[in-house]
Amino acid sequence: MMNTIDVLPAIEICDVAKSYRSVVALKSVKLSIPQGSFFALLGPNGAGKSTLISIIAGLVKADSGKVRILGHDVVNDYALARRMIGLVPQELIDEPFFAIQDLLRIQAGYFGLGQEQWPWIDELLHNLGLWDKRKETMPSLSGGMKRRVLIALALVHQPKVLVLDEPTAGVDIELRLGLWSFIRQLHAQGMTIILTTHYLEEAEQLCEQIAILREGELLALSSTQDLLDSHPWEYVELSLQGGRTELPMSLQEKLHRQQGNKWVLRLPRGFVRADMVAELQQAGCLLSEMRSIEASLEDVFRAMTSKDLL
Amino acid sequence: MIANYRGFMTLCRKEVQRFLSVSVQTVFAPLVSTLLYLLIFGQVMPEGASGFDALSYHQFLLPGLIMMAMLQNAFSNSSSSLIQSKMYRNLDLLLLSPLSPLTIFSAFVVGAVVRGLMVGLAIGIVASFWVPISVAHFTWVLVFAVLTTMVLGALGFVAGLWADKFDKLAAFQNFVILPLTFLSGVFYSVAILPPIWQVATWLNPFFYMVDGFRYGVLGVSDVSPWLSLAVTFGFMLVLSLVTVTLLAKGWKTRR
Repeated sequence: MMNTIDVLPAIEICDVAKSYRSVVALKSVKLSIPQGSFFALLGPNGAGKSTLISIIAGLVKADSGKVRILGHDVVNDYALARRMIGLVPQELIDEPFFAIQDLLRIQAGYFGLGQEQWPWIDELLHNLGLWDKRKETMPSLSGGMKRRVLIALALVHQPKVLVLDEPTAGVDIELRLGLWSFIRQLHAQGMTIILTTHYLEEAEQLCEQIAILREGELLALSSTQDLLDSHPWEYVELSLQGGRTELPMSLQEKLHRQQGNKWVLRLPRGFVRADMVAELQQAGCLLSEMRSIEASLEDVFRAMTSKDLL
Repeated sequence: MIANYRGFMTLCRKEVQRFLSVSVQTVFAPLVSTLLYLLIFGQVMPEGASGFDALSYHQFLLPGLIMMAMLQNAFSNSSSSLIQSKMYRNLDLLLLSPLSPLTIFSAFVVGAVVRGLMVGLAIGIVASFWVPISVAHFTWVLVFAVLTTMVLGALGFVAGLWADKFDKLAAFQNFVILPLTFLSGVFYSVAILPPIWQVATWLNPFFYMVDGFRYGVLGVSDVSPWLSLAVTFGFMLVLSLVTVTLLAKGWKTRR
C-alpha cells in the first residue's frame, strides 16, 4: 500500500510571486515536482530561477503564495521543511575559523545530529574527494574544492530533496563528471534532485523533467522528451559537393547554421523533403549527403526564451 | 522555546571556539588595554574622583574598567561574528538550518557572555595583584556581569544584523557604544558631576550596569542596585524581543 508521504510532491509551489522594489522577479509561479525526479529549472539570466530556489530553501521570503516541501510549509513549518531539503548555493562561501570536517559536523549539529552522523560525514568526504583536505579551512581550497564542500554541507543531514543552483559553473570537466556521477548515485537511492544550469546538454542528459522560466513566468513544464518532441522545427544537414555551392534563395531563409560545405536548415515539422531536393537540383546544387538532426534542448530553449524566435 | 537543544549547543560551542581561536585578539588584547587604563588613569586622576572617601581611586576604578571591558567585548563578539558571517556568506548555512530565530539569537548571546566573562575574570585576577580588592556581594557581581554581557551581546547582534559592511559596524561601535561606555561613570562617580551631566548619565542605560556591578564588588553605588537591576533587565527584555522579532521577519537576512 502506498504511504501518504510517498504521494506528496517533493516540492509544491503555489502562486509564488516576488518583487525587488520595482523589479518583478517571479509572477505567480505554480509548479509541482514529484518525489524521486531529476528536475531541471532552466531559464536565461534574470529569469527568476535563483529567486525561486532561494524561496524554496527559505533564504528569500515570497511576497505571496506558498511553498511546501514534502507537505511542510517553508514558512509556517520551516523546521521540518528545512530538514527535508539541502541547497547547494550558486555563490561560493568561506569560513576561515573551522576545518572542513569540523564545519560539516557543526552543520550537522544545527540539524540536531551528533556523533551518530560522523560516519556519514566521513563518507561524504571520501565520495567528494575531500578526505585529504578535511583538516584544511575553506580559504585554502580551490573554487572546485569549495564547490564540493558546499555539496557536502547540503547533504550532511541526509535530505530527501537536493537543490543545486548552477553547481558546475566554473568547474573543470573532470570534476563535473565526477560530480554528476555522485549526484546520479544519490538519485538512484531515491533522492529528488532539482538543478539549475546553463549547460543545457547536462540538463538534457540528466533530467527527466524540465521547467523553463522567462522573466519570472513559467513558460514550459514537461518531461524532457515531450519538450523535445513539442519543438515546432526539425533540422536537416545538407552536404553540397561540386556544382553550385550556394543555397537557392528560397532555402537561404531557412538556414540555421553553416560550416564549410555543410548547411543546417531549420524546417517546419512535416516539411516535404522531396520538394527541397527538387529545388536544390533545379538550382544546380549537387547534394552528396542529407541527414536529420534531432532538436537539442538548446534549440528548444532558445526558441522558447528568445522573443525574436517565437 | 529552544526545541533543538543540540542545535543550540552546537552554535554556542561554535561561537565560543571562534573567539578562542583568535584569543590573542579577543581576550589578551582587552586585558592589556584595560590594565593600561588602570595604570594611567590611576596615576593621573585625583583621589576625590571616586566620590567615596573610604575608597582609593584605584579601588573605585577597577570594577568600572572590568565592566567596560566586559561590555565592549560582549558587543564585539556577537557583532563581529555576525558581520563576518555575512561577509564570508556563511550566514546562509545558519539560515538554511532548522534553528529558530530565538535559538540563533540565544546562542550568539551565550558566545558574547562567555567572552565578556572571560575577559572580566582575567582582568580581575591580574589587577588584584596590585589593587587591594575584595568582593562585597558575589551574587550581585554575577547577576550584573551576566546581564550586562547579555545586553551587549544582544546589542552586538542587532548591530551585526543592521551593518552590511565593517565600516557601518565601526560607526556603531565608535558613535554609540564607546560614548555610552565612557559616559557611564566608569572613571568617576556621578555625584561629582554638574546637575545637567548627572541627568544625562541617568538616561544612559550603561550607567546602571556599571553602578550595579560596582555595588556588587565594593558595596557602594550611586543608585540602588535594585533600580540598576530593573533598568538592565528591562533593557535586556525589550532588546531581546525586538531582535528576535527582526530576525523572525528576516530583516537584513532573508531578502
